[in-house]
Amino acid sequence: MIEIDWYLALSAVIFTIGLVGVLIRRNAIVIFMCVELMLNAVNLSLVAFSAYHGDVTGQILVFFSLAVAAAEAVIGLAIILAIFRNNLSVDITKINLLRW
Amino acid sequence: MPLNQKIRMEIYTFVLLAVLAIASALGMILSKNTVNSALLLVLNLLSVAGVYLLLQAQFLALIQILVYAGAIIVLFLFVIMLLNIDQEESFFEKVRVKYIVAFLLGAVILGQLLYSLGGVTDLLPEKSPDMAFAGTVEALGDVLYTDYLFAFEMTAILLTAAVVGALMIAQYKKKKTDDSE
Repeated sequence: MIEIDWYLALSAVIFTIGLVGVLIRRNAIVIFMCVELMLNAVNLSLVAFSAYHGDVTGQILVFFSLAVAAAEAVIGLAIILAIFRNNLSVDITKINLLRW
Repeated sequence: MPLNQKIRMEIYTFVLLAVLAIASALGMILSKNTVNSALLLVLNLLSVAGVYLLLQAQFLALIQILVYAGAIIVLFLFVIMLLNIDQEESFFEKVRVKYIVAFLLGAVILGQLLYSLGGVTDLLPEKSPDMAFAGTVEALGDVLYTDYLFAFEMTAILLTAAVVGALMIAQYKKKKTDDSE
């Protein structure tokens, strides 16, 4: 029987990879994918806790978080599309309209 | 199958899926090509779905494949195709302070997470015997349509609002003529 620690450690590692990805990439779409990766890592730890407690509530929370992630991806990609149309770039270092 | 062999099989499967997930996540953030990143994200999501199956959350594993690997990645690929992005320069070509800081920050956060995990390791739950029944569609639907019905309906409103908002943000605006302003 695998202890729950391993699932949580896997979740932590994937979360950190997503975090580093957000910090090092400059392409806005890849940054979005990294955010999805981080959401997914947190979902994994929720499912692990839910399964080890034998309680279904954690999986319900994951269900809602999937729905919110889908909504977030749709809106984010629409924003990227709009920015690209005005700016002809998805490089976040070149999108500096709101920079002081 | 004897119990010992079953446990060993579970561990092998977990290690396989975990290595696949971590490797594809690393490949995703390091790959130069955006399409490759998206496809590696699919691989990562599929291996996480496999881990869900190990945790006997069958419904979520299916939803993960259908919603994430199906719908969201197709959306990403469509946007990549529409935007026709020129390739990002690889960050291995020149080492910048930014990357070192990012990797250091990542290492610190991973260390913190694992340290805190190690600190509470006695408090973590043992595997529950109810586990086999917690992830079925019946169990989830039972709770979802009674206790969480309101939140479920709110999800519907959220998704509708997201679709309308996305259409509004992304639509092509015609150039206004001077007299219309």
